[in-house]
Amino acid sequence: MTAPTAQNTGPSRRLAKGGLIDRSQPLEFDFDGRPLSGVAGDTLASALLANGVTLVGRSFKYHRPRGILTAGSEEPNALVELRSGARREPNTRATMVELYDRLSATSQNRWPSLEHDALSINRLAAPLFGAGFYYKTFMWPAALWERLYEPLIRRAAGLGRAADHEDPDRYEKATAHCDLLVIGAGPAGLMAALTAARSGARVILADEDFRLGGRLLSDAPEVDGAPAPLWVDRVLGELASFPDVTVMPRTTVFGVYDGGTYGAVERVSDHRAEPLPWQPRQRLWRIVARRSLLAAGAIERPIVFGGNDRPGVMMAGAMRAYANRFAVAAAREAVAVFANNDSAWSAARDLSRLGVRVAAVIDVRERVDPALTAPLAAAGARLMLGSRVIATSGKRLSVVEVLTGGKRETLKVDGLAMSGGWSPTVNLTCHLGSRPVWNDALSAFLPGSLPPGMTVAGAANGRFGLAACLADGAASATAALADLGFAVPSAALPRADDDPAGLIPFWHVAESKGAAFVDHQNDVTAKDIAIAHREGFRAVEHLKRYTTLGMATDQGKTANLTGLAIMSALTGKDIPETGTTMFRPPYSPVAIGAFGGSHRGKAFRPTRLTPTHGWATEHGAVFVETGPWLRAQYFPRPGERDWLETVNREVTAVRTGVGLCDVSTLGKIDIQGPDAATLLERVYINGWSGLEVGKARYGVMLREDGMVMDDGTTARLGPTHFVMTTTTANAVKVFQHLEHALQVLWPELDARIASVSDQWAQIAVAGPKARETLARIVDAPFDLGNAAFPYMAAAELTVLGGLRARLFRLSFSGELAYEIAVPARQGDRLVRALMDAGAPFGITPYGTEALGVLRIEKGHAAGNELNGQTTAHDLGLGRMMSGKKDFIGRVMSNRPGLRDPDRPALVGLRPLPPGARLRAGSHLIPVGQPTDAANDQGYLTSVAHSPTLGHAIGLALLAGGPRRIGERLRAVDPLRNEEVEVEVCNPVFVDPQGEKLRV
Amino acid sequence: MRIPCPYCGPRDAHEFTCLGDATLTRPDPAAPDAASAFHDYVYRRDNPAGPHRELWYHGGGCRSWLEVTRDTRTHAITDARFAADRSSAAQGTEDRP
Amino acid sequence: MRYSFLSLLANAVSGQRLWTPAWRDAAPKPSYDAVIVGGGGHGLATAYYLAKEHGLHNIAVLEKGWIGSGNAGRNTTIIRSNYGLPGNIPFYEWSMTLWEGLERDLNYNTMVSQRGILNLYHSDPQRDAYARRGNAMRLHGVDAELLDREQVRAMLPFLNFDNARFPIQGGLLQRRAGTARHDGVVWGYARAASRLGVDIVQNCAVTGFLRDGERIVGVETSRGPIHAPKVGLAVAGHSSHVAHMAGLRLPIESHVLQAFVSEGIKPLIPNVITFGAGHFYISQSDKGGLVFGGDIDGYNSYAQRGNLPVVEDVCEGGMALMPRIGRLRLLRGWGGVMDMSMDGSPIIDRTPIPGLYLNAGWCYGGFKATPASGWCFAHAIARDEPHPAAAAFRLDRFATGHLIDEKGVGAQPNLH
Repeated sequence: MTAPTAQNTGPSRRLAKGGLIDRSQPLEFDFDGRPLSGVAGDTLASALLANGVTLVGRSFKYHRPRGILTAGSEEPNALVELRSGARREPNTRATMVELYDRLSATSQNRWPSLEHDALSINRLAAPLFGAGFYYKTFMWPAALWERLYEPLIRRAAGLGRAADHEDPDRYEKATAHCDLLVIGAGPAGLMAALTAARSGARVILADEDFRLGGRLLSDAPEVDGAPAPLWVDRVLGELASFPDVTVMPRTTVFGVYDGGTYGAVERVSDHRAEPLPWQPRQRLWRIVARRSLLAAGAIERPIVFGGNDRPGVMMAGAMRAYANRFAVAAAREAVAVFANNDSAWSAARDLSRLGVRVAAVIDVRERVDPALTAPLAAAGARLMLGSRVIATSGKRLSVVEVLTGGKRETLKVDGLAMSGGWSPTVNLTCHLGSRPVWNDALSAFLPGSLPPGMTVAGAANGRFGLAACLADGAASATAALADLGFAVPSAALPRADDDPAGLIPFWHVAESKGAAFVDHQNDVTAKDIAIAHREGFRAVEHLKRYTTLGMATDQGKTANLTGLAIMSALTGKDIPETGTTMFRPPYSPVAIGAFGGSHRGKAFRPTRLTPTHGWATEHGAVFVETGPWLRAQYFPRPGERDWLETVNREVTAVRTGVGLCDVSTLGKIDIQGPDAATLLERVYINGWSGLEVGKARYGVMLREDGMVMDDGTTARLGPTHFVMTTTTANAVKVFQHLEHALQVLWPELDARIASVSDQWAQIAVAGPKARETLARIVDAPFDLGNAAFPYMAAAELTVLGGLRARLFRLSFSGELAYEIAVPARQGDRLVRALMDAGAPFGITPYGTEALGVLRIEKGHAAGNELNGQTTAHDLGLGRMMSGKKDFIGRVMSNRPGLRDPDRPALVGLRPLPPGARLRAGSHLIPVGQPTDAANDQGYLTSVAHSPTLGHAIGLALLAGGPRRIGERLRAVDPLRNEEVEVEVCNPVFVDPQGEKLRV
Repeated sequence: MRIPCPYCGPRDAHEFTCLGDATLTRPDPAAPDAASAFHDYVYRRDNPAGPHRELWYHGGGCRSWLEVTRDTRTHAITDARFAADRSSAAQGTEDRP
Repeated sequence: MRYSFLSLLANAVSGQRLWTPAWRDAAPKPSYDAVIVGGGGHGLATAYYLAKEHGLHNIAVLEKGWIGSGNAGRNTTIIRSNYGLPGNIPFYEWSMTLWEGLERDLNYNTMVSQRGILNLYHSDPQRDAYARRGNAMRLHGVDAELLDREQVRAMLPFLNFDNARFPIQGGLLQRRAGTARHDGVVWGYARAASRLGVDIVQNCAVTGFLRDGERIVGVETSRGPIHAPKVGLAVAGHSSHVAHMAGLRLPIESHVLQAFVSEGIKPLIPNVITFGAGHFYISQSDKGGLVFGGDIDGYNSYAQRGNLPVVEDVCEGGMALMPRIGRLRLLRGWGGVMDMSMDGSPIIDRTPIPGLYLNAGWCYGGFKATPASGWCFAHAIARDEPHPAAAAFRLDRFATGHLIDEKGVGAQPNLH
């Protein structure tokens, strides 16, 4: 026997024949830059093994060399960076990567190379780095934590690196409904899906693997007298014939949620170098299932012994899978097997049968069924019963040290298959909070109470034999479907044998030499668990959190139970008394991009465009995001220096001529019914019953806690018909509020509401020339004269020769102004007509910026003042509150804290140095007082440069409010290191008597 | 979570918004103890760990306000009805929405 | 054993055999001078400061499960004092001050990492609101800086600046904010309190209250009655339930907040970032995982778990803000049961029932408050009056109208 080579490749370990691979389709790939080749049907792990690559990664803490431990999603060791650049995927399990041509993978967490990793010196300091060591040091001196210790720890921690750039691939989300969701396409799952399909039910069968069959592929049994893969193909063929059956390979059902909703991720394109142009990389599925059947199988658990992490040590079931399914010998020279149960003997038998030399089978049990031992003995393996492995050596495994018959012996092998028994994959049964229950006979946790609608079948339910799995799958599906009223035709079960599954519980080799790993990925050893025990971290969650057991990317699939068992031995309590381990979604890690779907970039949230958007674009508008809307912010003209010059022009145009602005974003609610006025009385603080038909009124509504919720105007179009406007920001909230009033508070009211925000394009036409402008589009004989259509009038009319419209004489700007509404699709026509009509008067489109200046000049409260912290009194609207009726918020608005005269209330401010600038967010400090919190008397909510007045103006919420008009204060802005002296004034800066809007 | 809307059928909860406790009744604003009654109504909650009658608004659907009975420990929903129907028998109003 | 490099060395050469339990796992005594119900960060900190600052050593912390099993171990570990309202700022700043000295005080490395928090803004009104807040902080002596878009880009070049639905305009930065190791805080306080004689009693569920007339004089527990003239509740998430046993109906609803961690990666995100145009915030743990979260699910829940729509919403925010994380994988999610108060701010106060004290209503901001919450609650219990830094956190403020509503959304807990 020659010692295994230290090269990280070697002669092919591909078996000469067999395997579920396509040898006619070679695939080239590279690992750490070295070109290698595999075949279709390989995983990256099987291809690496086939090439003799056994050192795949470095461990998290001690940087120990690590190989491939498993053949599934539970893999803790063989994590690689897959792809590169913007597509780099760190921490990718080589065992789950379907090999594709030109695949490129890199080992991670090593420097300068995988073979020679500088930080492997951490192993020497391992005695210092026991569980929780970082809680006990790095405290002195304090300043060094952020500057030295933490950066060092952070750089050493983490495994792979994130992508360099934005993810170039697309993701999708989809929803599916079914009668039965079958999770896992092993023998139980296939049998269940087939049974359900034959009953006519809508079935979804999902499996994380790219090839369906589960352990039927890796254990190579016979079903119905033929190799299992043939039976699998037959079943899949029959399933394909049912229109209501969806088979989803490469799909992990990762989470169970309420109401029979299951989260799944379909890896649509991960088996290609790049997705096809029309396909997403992955698709997130929300599967709504009336019933589900969990057939997720079982996960083999390691035994904790010295050096159980060395490359070459592998789970017995995995070694069996690599041989049977992938035709790869996990060891070149010889393997030893170390186990406490029968399944490892079956694995050994398969290996031996396929030509892998089995040097020895070491079993902790004194007796093993001769039916299992005889074939191996015949093949020349040493049978070492009542024995255990205590140590291993070699950078890659070369020697195994065994304690047998009271003596230590060494075996020269380059592969060690271990098996501590199997843990049913109960993870999904726990997602809604139920705990698994311990089963002594199986030495495993079995499903406890199940999520509504779920049943568990096969190995996941503790039935490890193949025949038992097939029967359980069929019976469970039959029961679930009968529950839904489906008649299930009876059919004979396929013939199969049950593998022997004898086991004695065995977790940890007490005589171990060297580090014995419980959690391979997080480098948690048996000794760490002893430290946790010694320091009182004995509750299972304390154990996990203190040692990081089970917290790695494999979520402890191979580690949790052994950790618990070792703690249980230390405390002298049995395992269920020591604790159970809970599982939370996701079952295995899911790409964040998949959860995000298409909601990124500009498509993060929908964009709502106003009816005049196209026209505004033509006119060079600069747009601004306001909530879901994109609105014209201002309309620059060539030659204007900056936005301020533009906005000044727009404001001045409104004050001196005429301007127009799309205000379609305001919420518009149609209210009809005999009790419509009563509804308004109850939601607004002011009176409404007296409002005449053809008139509008400004209203303020409160939340029930007495704070201002929203304001706007409501017009009465008929005796039982009103149309309400809300602020843009609160359109949805107010609508919901009104529905609440009508359906929950006062269902006896006979009134109905409908949102018509999207149905009407609404344009404000404001300025001294507004009437003349409108007169040119309004159909005769409508009279726009001040007497016939005064301030706050409202009417339905036609414009532009028969176009249905609504006209309101409202003014946000304080000028003679109207808002005119037409059906939304006519908005573009309307704005163009208005521009033509206003041309002789120099009509000027204005945007939200000028709108803001105009309203600040008029002292109107808007978003910055309606911030949910202000009362009607605070905003100077207290006198609107009717004393004659109840309304939402009335009672609570009388609390002393809300009526305190010293509350901050709305005032105007002007800077004393005439050219000074004001900043919203500045705070107000009395002149001569220190700039500190004790002297903080309020803050500036909104500021603008008023082109009308020629200086800056501001609105503020100031303690004591209007009674301080005339006082001088300092507006301080420490953030921007600015300060300006201001004078408190009336918030209505322009036309305080309100004459202009009534002309 | 899926809410069996009596108008739309079972729908994912993300179509709805939850307002909370449905057992609260807006007090008589004219009562002498209105201030304290409103304080209880607006602020105090039983907040049970167990079955909870609560208001949900189907904003992404029929716009009905529903009274849903849901267990706050398990999220299991046992009943969903129109909130307006709670008093409709007495009021004799038509079916909603 | 005092923790130091020397104690590590001593254990390294002795096979780690010298360590002793971090705290005594005490059995309950029949009576104490005070008991704190709830062995989370707040309860343990309260006990520690009662012993250290107020000389009360005959006290116990009663925990129904294992210490730290509630929200102390189910949060995103952020510490900050970037609040805007006068009732909040002094309290959270006192907490920040205590964080800054916590490790030396406790002789336990709670890994306080002052890496800074950046709240991004995406519109002028948002900028103005942050300016108001930042200036309020500065007036209180708290550090705050307002960054513009280019300053943010220089700091975090990997954010999405060029193709965003809501472009980043700038951010409010508090450099002294950061993260701490959540479990370490629990264990550090437990160990320090235990060393001062505090009994930490695990697996001891309170099932009722002992009364002498109106007055509460102790608790009934699953391990027998325990007498104490003062009983403090620090059971956020379950405050309503425990207070109900005493006949109190609180202005609180229990809601679930989910949070998530990705697989560990090499350093990517240097600080704490909050997205101003969606429900998303993120930092990176020292172990390498991206720790992120968003909004509460929005319905009352005691289930310690949430549903898919919020997971999706949070990840959408993440992808909108930093689209290079698309291929990183969400490893684990968890749900904490939040005491959502009716104005989004906490309660530290005596209750109307003599002998009963309440620490509750932390919404999703309890972790950062841990040191000051313990400090101020200890003060309230020992002196029967509110600590000046927590003077606004009164239970009767909902009746008087002296609300502390940072978000301005009113009495709707699922919006805070």
